[in-house]
Amino acid sequence: MSYPADLKYTSTHEWIRLEGPHVTVGVSWFAQDSMGDVVHVELPEVGDTVNAGEPVCEIESVKAVSDVYSPVGGTIIEVNESLEDTPENVNSNPYTDGWLFKVEVGPTVALDECMTASAYEQHCAG
Amino acid sequence: MNLLRTPFFEHHKAAGGRLIDFGGWELPVQYTGIIEEHKQVRSSVGLFDVSHMGEVFLRGPGALDAIRYLVTNSIDIPNGHAQYTAMCNPAGGIVDDLIVYRLSDEEVLVCVNAANRTKDFQWIRDHNPRPDVDVADESDRWAQIAVQGRNAEAALDGITSVDLTAVPSFGVVRASVGDVDDCIVARTGYTGEDGFEIFLPVSGADHIWPAVLKAGQPYGITPIGLGARDTLRLEAKLMLYGNDIGDGTTPLEAGLGWVTKLDKPDFIGKAALEAQKAEGLKRRLVCLVVEKRIARAHCPIIVDGEVVGEVTSGTKSPSLEANIALGYVPRRVARPGSRVQIDIRGRLAEAEVVKPPFYKRPY
Repeated sequence: MSYPADLKYTSTHEWIRLEGPHVTVGVSWFAQDSMGDVVHVELPEVGDTVNAGEPVCEIESVKAVSDVYSPVGGTIIEVNESLEDTPENVNSNPYTDGWLFKVEVGPTVALDECMTASAYEQHCAG
Repeated sequence: MNLLRTPFFEHHKAAGGRLIDFGGWELPVQYTGIIEEHKQVRSSVGLFDVSHMGEVFLRGPGALDAIRYLVTNSIDIPNGHAQYTAMCNPAGGIVDDLIVYRLSDEEVLVCVNAANRTKDFQWIRDHNPRPDVDVADESDRWAQIAVQGRNAEAALDGITSVDLTAVPSFGVVRASVGDVDDCIVARTGYTGEDGFEIFLPVSGADHIWPAVLKAGQPYGITPIGLGARDTLRLEAKLMLYGNDIGDGTTPLEAGLGWVTKLDKPDFIGKAALEAQKAEGLKRRLVCLVVEKRIARAHCPIIVDGEVVGEVTSGTKSPSLEANIALGYVPRRVARPGSRVQIDIRGRLAEAEVVKPPFYKRPY
């Protein structure tokens, strides 16, 4: 189990990496572990406008389907197309090769409601 | 309410099994991963804890007559054999699907679904036509394991007191397994593979788990969770009660005509099933291969823009790398090759009806 300290986390188990005017979003170790073997990822379209808290992406495991919520509002500028062939990267490398999508957020993005790694780890343990 | 635990609970925990509430039982959904466990069973052999299943015994001079009246299949089998069957209500709806083990002329074991245990016991007791037959729910006294896969026989050979090569498919014998006496060993299963289901007296059952793992070591045996149990059974088109069949579906609609013997003497549901057959079935449970996305239970099935039925089970098949599903469709689109659409959370996916089952063992 790992929760990199340079990321922020949501109560719905997404992680966020702030990189200037855009953020990269994926799901946490806890999320992928709960889902089990990921077999398909239904990514959003580049150019989609998304609102914070809105489901924008679906992750299919053998067992079930899970929604991924965008932690921020903005425009989807890139999606991880490599997941079409290797959806299992969500399990094996959730913070690197398993990233899901990038959102252009503009100059002022509020990540106030997101958690630090240590707060999120407590959230999962609770 | 506290979850029920099987005699093997501590072994599941120690092995890192992910424990879930499965109909009131604390059981492992997976150990290392559903796909890996699934492939283990398809390629060699795996060990399942199925102690949550229920065991109902019918004993007495009329045991065979009683069970023949209660279920749809013939039970026209010798002692030491088993039969898969449906048990219906008078309307032809399925009370449960189960395996009937004929242990002797006067003793029949019925293995019922865990979720239906109480309902089935009451149903059998209330509808038992023979006063000389005693009906007993002995589920609390029996643990059950399944050893499934092409190497199941070899894995169990060294620790079973009988020659398993002499036990045919759907054969059942009493035997000792490891140091547990009075087990009931049957060549049955729920995976589409060869294999055995072993009923063990609960007392002293717990160390059978490591004993079977040790005996199967040369074949790489591993414990298998409920997640792979579901994908394995679905590939083999084995029914999941509550999903694919239930009180509102008949065995004829579900493709269980082969276990519904309308030419045998009266049984519960016979008249309704005869009438349904004479009228012609309005819908059938079919195998579907879905393009691109995974259909799940309750996804609507659509033909020419109209909802005509729904998916009852669906997953990505680990053996076939295809998205597979079962669902009820009108007879006009029930033939293999028919095209339908499936509404998967608001978007339509194309699907084709295929010949059952999805997976057939190659040996």
